[in-house]
Amino acid sequence: MNLRDILSPFFVWKRAFEKPYSINTLSAPRPGAPAYRGFHKNDVSKCIGCGTCAEICQNVSIEMVPVATAKDGDSGLRPKIDYGRCCWCALCVDICPSGSLTMSNAYTWVEEGLDKDVRDTFCYTPGVDSKPWDNEPLGYKKPDGYELLLLDRIPMPHLSPEERLSSFVELVKGYSRELAIREADRCIQCGICTATCPAHMNIPAYIKAIREDNIAAGLQILYDTNPLPGVCGRICTRLCEDVCALSHRGDAISIRWLKRYLTDCVEAEDYKDILKTEIKPLGKKVGIIGSGPGGLSAAYYLANMGYEVDIFEKTAAAGGMLRYGIPEYRLPYDKIDKDIDFITSLGVKIHYNTCVGKDISFDDIYKRYDAVFISTGLFEPYFIGIKGEDNEGVISGLKLLSDVTEGKEVSLGKHVVVVGGGNVAMDAARTARRLGSEVTILYRRRDEDMPADREEIDEAYEENVTFITQAIPLEINKLADNRLEFIWGKAEMHFEEGAKRPQPVLIEGSRETLVADTIIAAIGQGMNFAWMDGEAFANIKFGKWNIDADRWGRSSDQKIFIGGDMFNRTADAITAIADGHRSARAIDKLLNQ
Amino acid sequence: MENLYPPIVDGKSVYDLNSQKYLKMWHGPQHPGVTGNMSLELDICGDQVIKCNTHVGYLHRGFEKLMERRRYINCFPIVCRICVPEPDTNEYLFAAAMEDLMGIEIPERAKWLRTLNLELSRLASFLMWIGGQSGAFGMGTVAQWTMAHRDFVLDLFEEWTGARIYHMYTIPGGVRGDLPEGWDKRAEKTIAAVHKLLDEINYVMLNNAIFKQRAVGLGVITPEMVDAYGVVGPNARCCGLQRDIRKDQPYLIYDQLDFIIETETAGDAYSRTVVRWKEMYQSIALIRQILAKMPRSGALHATLPNVLHLKIPKGQTYLRAESTRGEYGYFMVSDGSAFPRKVTVRGPSYTHAMALLEDLAVGVNIADLPGLMVSLHTYPPEIER
Repeated sequence: MNLRDILSPFFVWKRAFEKPYSINTLSAPRPGAPAYRGFHKNDVSKCIGCGTCAEICQNVSIEMVPVATAKDGDSGLRPKIDYGRCCWCALCVDICPSGSLTMSNAYTWVEEGLDKDVRDTFCYTPGVDSKPWDNEPLGYKKPDGYELLLLDRIPMPHLSPEERLSSFVELVKGYSRELAIREADRCIQCGICTATCPAHMNIPAYIKAIREDNIAAGLQILYDTNPLPGVCGRICTRLCEDVCALSHRGDAISIRWLKRYLTDCVEAEDYKDILKTEIKPLGKKVGIIGSGPGGLSAAYYLANMGYEVDIFEKTAAAGGMLRYGIPEYRLPYDKIDKDIDFITSLGVKIHYNTCVGKDISFDDIYKRYDAVFISTGLFEPYFIGIKGEDNEGVISGLKLLSDVTEGKEVSLGKHVVVVGGGNVAMDAARTARRLGSEVTILYRRRDEDMPADREEIDEAYEENVTFITQAIPLEINKLADNRLEFIWGKAEMHFEEGAKRPQPVLIEGSRETLVADTIIAAIGQGMNFAWMDGEAFANIKFGKWNIDADRWGRSSDQKIFIGGDMFNRTADAITAIADGHRSARAIDKLLNQ
Repeated sequence: MENLYPPIVDGKSVYDLNSQKYLKMWHGPQHPGVTGNMSLELDICGDQVIKCNTHVGYLHRGFEKLMERRRYINCFPIVCRICVPEPDTNEYLFAAAMEDLMGIEIPERAKWLRTLNLELSRLASFLMWIGGQSGAFGMGTVAQWTMAHRDFVLDLFEEWTGARIYHMYTIPGGVRGDLPEGWDKRAEKTIAAVHKLLDEINYVMLNNAIFKQRAVGLGVITPEMVDAYGVVGPNARCCGLQRDIRKDQPYLIYDQLDFIIETETAGDAYSRTVVRWKEMYQSIALIRQILAKMPRSGALHATLPNVLHLKIPKGQTYLRAESTRGEYGYFMVSDGSAFPRKVTVRGPSYTHAMALLEDLAVGVNIADLPGLMVSLHTYPPEIER
């Protein structure tokens, strides 16, 4: 020891006069840092209640509780957080697919009322139970440049637009095993899709089966709710993808293509082994009119329950609109056959070329069967309702599509005009493109108002279809060279409050001309009941536009059920399949219980 | 001293309790010298320790077992709790072990930010330790200063990562976010204050007659003991060995930083204090280097498979990093499922606070025992994961 060591500590004497470190937080509260992980906030209008926050929470501190009204694609649940368990790791915030969950920078919370239920003490539902920090702008948000979710969809390989136009080959090539597993890996398994799917397919479960490369289990899950998965895997309107939790900040999961992948993985002859159908005949018979998706779905489930099922189909092949209304490049015929062949392998009999009302009377069917399911669909094309529509060369979109399906010789000429903005219009236009014509689509409203699938519209653009929007057809005149003069007028859009889409109104005096070889009207279809007769027909009550039926599709005659496009207004395959399944259960309840 | 030892019979020491020369005393488990909860079973004669048995387990929370039933992403909020004063080494090693097994390369910028995170937490951890070291020898004032400065460092963490203690910043795949606007300036202000404090600590502690009298010659570790006891970090460097994982097996971007291995030769509590005191200066210099050299743009996080279903291919790995106490290691085994089959954490305190302390404590005056424990810089939570 030396003198230096004794004196040295006194060098820091100045510290005695420095400002103390401690602060009085009572008189001047210390706020958390701007990005401090404090108590949660939730923008309930953005939240979809998918429960991913609860899924990732390692402390099980988040419980999804029901709250008031739910919007579309919303489970109606909201996260309730137990601060006795929360560790403020904020993984819930980072993974939130809608981006609604954040944190405030508040870190003190004094709770009153020890008489509360212990389960509610230091618990609250952010955004629902009001807290002082609700409107606090500061706090933790998911930082930029880092993402736990996989927001980008695995691109689906397509044929190039040039390759497409030369044939009717299916333009979507389908996922390989590796791509499908990667796409399936993106799914967070919230199940919002299941709630939205008309058939309530267990989407998270079959996506999980793909992820785990268990194709057989996946196929079984598909057939639980959908006996036409190969078809739906191609042309489903996929309402599920519209509400997919991932679609809020990124791309929805390709649910449709994953379904397609599952069915493409299994050969037709292996279906029987995988699906292991054991049918115990009940000795009761059900007649089905129409072999579209609704009829086929009802037939599949009824056959599985042990009913003897006969389908009456007026055309030479089954599938209805699937076959005659959807072009081959979107839904190849062999894929329809694959699904239908499995249904017929269960003993379902399809009577082809049997038009009810002509080859067999409705009354006859009604008397012969214990129950009747009608799903004849919408097969009567609407007319535009303008002068000159009866000219030769004006055809309906449906006619073109079914002619092509039947392999008839179709000659459309060089210039084709398609009127309409729905899926049939797109299909007709793109079919015409493949037949070598130049195609112009006329639509009454704006591009974004078209009811067709966005994907189809975009593909039509890629295939060099010309679009004229806000165009109202006025008249059609036959020209001297046998061509058609199509006169249309420009429309302006009128926005009415409460209306989903604006109303097109013709601009006075506007008059434009197009010359075409063929004009295709694709503005929708209606139904027809002229084929009905007999005692049953007299019993059935008709509503404003349709047969009156309850939510099971049961008409006023308890033996007659309806489904498909003639029952629901969404007019898509998956809803028809759901109708078929639902009516099959109702028929079973009627006949077997 | 020699005659105070209990006689040895059949290889075991036996006490003649009737001799009234010995006393059995429990030191701990309530924080025996601000290191955390562990217990020393002491046999003392007068005020001198003649035998020391360590008892651990008071902080056992079963992290390693917990992880076997948790998805990898759900282990991420757990691992930081294995060592409270310096959680970031755990976060880094857990993430790095996962990335190693998955074959994922993290973005360059994330490596720099992780290194910055580790160095800043090294500074915070040493500031806490130096307070303990001075406090254990009765110099509570220094402890007040350093704990306040540690809080200033935690302010930086709070602003950067959103939390003060459990930062949960180093996430598998990269890091969670960038430095906030203007953070560099505030960091510089804080580390400059710490730098000034270290200069003053030199006067008030390292050149203090009282401190020197108590620390010099206390708990001498010889180079021969280092490998025999598994001594690592400053405890090994204090007796002249050049051992530092950052230099020996550079990880992250330590190979791009300019620094030397700080050593002393005496091997006693005093030289350990000096090594750590020098390393704090070094940390400050490293933080300044990182902030000057770090890339300011680029990705922060590599794309991982969906963390909710993440499965890691079969395999095992052992990764190490230099914490304030020395080599910290994570041994991770995956059986290909969504849960780790085994995660074993090698906390450096495991050897220091048990086998080494038991031997070093013998002959020490009981008043110096807390100072000896703190000079080994042990954190019981990492002994009993």
